[in-house]
Amino acid sequence: MIGITSYSGYIPRYRLSRMTIVQNMAWYFPVIMAVADGEKSVANWDEDAVSMAVSAAYDCMTGKNRKALDGVSLASTTLPFADRLNAGIVAEALNMREEGVSNADFTSCMKAGTTAAISALESIKAGGKDSVLVVASDQRRAKMATMSEMFFGDGAAALLLGNDDVIAEFKGSYSVNCDFVDHYRGAGKEFDYGWEERWQRDIGYGKIIPETIAGFLKKTGMKIEDFDKVIYPCYFRGTHTGIAKGLGIDKEKVQNNMHAVCGDTGTAHPFVMLVSALEEARPGDKLLLASFGQGCDVMAFEVTDKIKDFKGPRGIKGSLANRVELASYQKFAKFRDLIVSDLGIRGEANPNTALTVLWRRRKMLLGFVGAKCKKCGTPQFPPMPVCVNPDCWAVNEFDEYEFADKEATILMFTGDMLAASVDPPAVYGLLGYDGGGRTMLDFTDCELNQITVGMKARMSFRKRYVDTMRGFTGYFWKAVPRVEGGDA
Amino acid sequence: MATGIRDKVAIIGMGCTKFGERWNDDAEDLMVEAFEECLADAGIERKDIQAGWLGSCFDEVNVGKSALPASMALRLPNIAVTRVENYCASGTEAFRGAVYAVASGAYDICLAIGVEKLKDIGYGGLPEFSSAMGTLSHLWMANMTAPGGFAMLATGYAAKYGLDINDVKRAMAHVSVKSHANGVLNPKAHLRKAVTEEQVLNAPQIAYPLGLFDCCGVSDGSACAIVTTPEIAKSLGKKDLVSVKALQLSLSNGTEFAYEWDGASFITTSKASTAAYEEAGIKNPREEISMMEVHDCFSITELVTMEDLHISERGKAPQDVMDGFYDLDGGIPCQVDGGLKCFGHPIGASGLRMLYEMYLQLHGRAGDRQLKDPKFGLTHNLGGFPFMNVCSVAIVGKYDG
Repeated sequence: MIGITSYSGYIPRYRLSRMTIVQNMAWYFPVIMAVADGEKSVANWDEDAVSMAVSAAYDCMTGKNRKALDGVSLASTTLPFADRLNAGIVAEALNMREEGVSNADFTSCMKAGTTAAISALESIKAGGKDSVLVVASDQRRAKMATMSEMFFGDGAAALLLGNDDVIAEFKGSYSVNCDFVDHYRGAGKEFDYGWEERWQRDIGYGKIIPETIAGFLKKTGMKIEDFDKVIYPCYFRGTHTGIAKGLGIDKEKVQNNMHAVCGDTGTAHPFVMLVSALEEARPGDKLLLASFGQGCDVMAFEVTDKIKDFKGPRGIKGSLANRVELASYQKFAKFRDLIVSDLGIRGEANPNTALTVLWRRRKMLLGFVGAKCKKCGTPQFPPMPVCVNPDCWAVNEFDEYEFADKEATILMFTGDMLAASVDPPAVYGLLGYDGGGRTMLDFTDCELNQITVGMKARMSFRKRYVDTMRGFTGYFWKAVPRVEGGDA
Repeated sequence: MATGIRDKVAIIGMGCTKFGERWNDDAEDLMVEAFEECLADAGIERKDIQAGWLGSCFDEVNVGKSALPASMALRLPNIAVTRVENYCASGTEAFRGAVYAVASGAYDICLAIGVEKLKDIGYGGLPEFSSAMGTLSHLWMANMTAPGGFAMLATGYAAKYGLDINDVKRAMAHVSVKSHANGVLNPKAHLRKAVTEEQVLNAPQIAYPLGLFDCCGVSDGSACAIVTTPEIAKSLGKKDLVSVKALQLSLSNGTEFAYEWDGASFITTSKASTAAYEEAGIKNPREEISMMEVHDCFSITELVTMEDLHISERGKAPQDVMDGFYDLDGGIPCQVDGGLKCFGHPIGASGLRMLYEMYLQLHGRAGDRQLKDPKFGLTHNLGGFPFMNVCSVAIVGKYDG
């Protein structure tokens, strides 16, 4: 049996009420009022498609052996690197093995996630691989006061595919590929360019999804009534319900498009919706998933008894619950770099990234891998040639030690107004890790007035810096204090 | 068996510019200003100097690398000059080079000069230093500034002793109020305006919990010393010699940052001061030290340093501060010249500026702020961050031999 062996998703903590957009921007384009219900998820300023992918992937691998992965595929249309394997960054963050694995980016299309999953399942079926992690993530920027700004949310989702302890068995797939360009983003362009909505709805979503589902049913001999949940993205509310009606699917069997809680997360959205469905699924449930983008992929799954033993990680449900309203539209606009503000001369400092250092220290810098002394057992970071324990000082006698999955206690902290930051004050502090070791990290997803010495924190992979001059994004891990709510 | 530096070297001349925003002066102007005062004070000629040490920290915005800037600005007679850089201890390092060279017998008369031109960067605070910490650090280290690095110490200190952060802040405020009061008395100080505790507490926040007045001045300036052996000093007709009693340095090895530390102390300062007292033959610093210039880059630094110098008991520095023990009329006057807080902090010059004040006090030349009959003066620098730093401690006093 092959199929999904673990699943998770990640929705960033900030939510922007669509009424906030309307209040700030409807003067410019009143039509946005038509979809002003609910809220959209907004990636923090230090998040992007890769960092959110790592968040979803890491969560998905909770309790699983990351070293056993035979590959990771990353699907996104907002990858930071045009030439550098973005999935490779995710792989290093997961501290995967480097030998005998095959990692890949799937990009340029909203259905790239399902395409990656089908490809992974086929390779597992063929016997070449046992376990592949497929992650989809998008953090799309939209121009102010557009329908895209209203519809788009940020998020990621991950599926672990394999043949061991399958939670949802893969029951087949069917795809249609056609060059239907409802929107596109030209190479080097910042924003999407889209055609008339009526055409997108009627000839795009409203025709291609049902036709592909029909093609799948014909190919497999399955019936639409067999399915307990039918899952497909479509941010046009009328069209979303219209597709179900046309296929004769009961209302309660249609998976919600999540417009109200996070918006459409692009390439990630079919998986975000699928993970949401899995989080509510029972053994025996049959799920039909469709994606949309220059055609459509349809995939079918049947939930197994194993779902009862599956200790769900944080997932979509957990990250949706970890919610803070972003009350300031200006802050949102700044986070997405839609407006220009002054970082000050201090913020101009822009050393390049020594790629030699990044290579030598890739485990440390991307995987947050430290060292554990073989002699005295002290976990330590950063890894150095000589043990940090003054009673030991053993030389080059270490095992790898991962800090990314450890909880830490805040020992001291500050909120720094002088440090150049997109979201001042820059909050950082010294952390002591459960099980030993300590280091100093930037904090994120918190407000200064929520933090106290002694508070617990977990680790999160984030953008450390963006070198706009040379087009390089540097990543590292930050501490997320366990705060409740917030006042952003 | 090493015998230490005590009374082996005498200071025969010192000079110090007015610190401040010296918009119209280059680093070279500042060095010459300090040097001319120092040379006149020593009563020797340029050609009598046999070797020199230059302390400067931020070469990126300063005089540049090597000791050539000093050798050329001062037109030194093609002698050995060495640039030293050890963060905020750079000035004291220059002094240490000159003193050790004389003590070794390699030279008779040596020069130490420190300079920093910080007001050529275009923004407040110290220069951004992410790229000055090596190619690896800026790829992962927290987005930190100097105030932020030290501000954390206040949260660690309050947590360790179970203190209300507002009580710690009030003691920190008094640290600054005292230094401002002292700065008023010093014509060479950068900031010469008294402030109240309320002003300090209500100032804009720089890095929680530090406000504007918890942070020292960022200044341009230069300071300089000429040293020789006590014998040569006497032969030059010098009287009431000021001699070096102790010179100690201690550097972090990464344990605070990555292994063990209470987050409420400077391990290096504790070690360097213990060694300095032993070197100087001081048994009870609280009783024997007459005055101090410590590295008050931030009020919390000074507060905690009082404990690591073994003068205030652990956890009791706020009480001593509030009792006025470190005020000008207190048990051990501290930051008599205004400190980094008000005299200013041109990094490479600061260690020598502190020694300049001790030297003036020991010679009874400190004007309105002259203390009565001081015996030992202690100076202290702390470069880097509480969790990773370079600490220097120097003790000077009246020559005893």
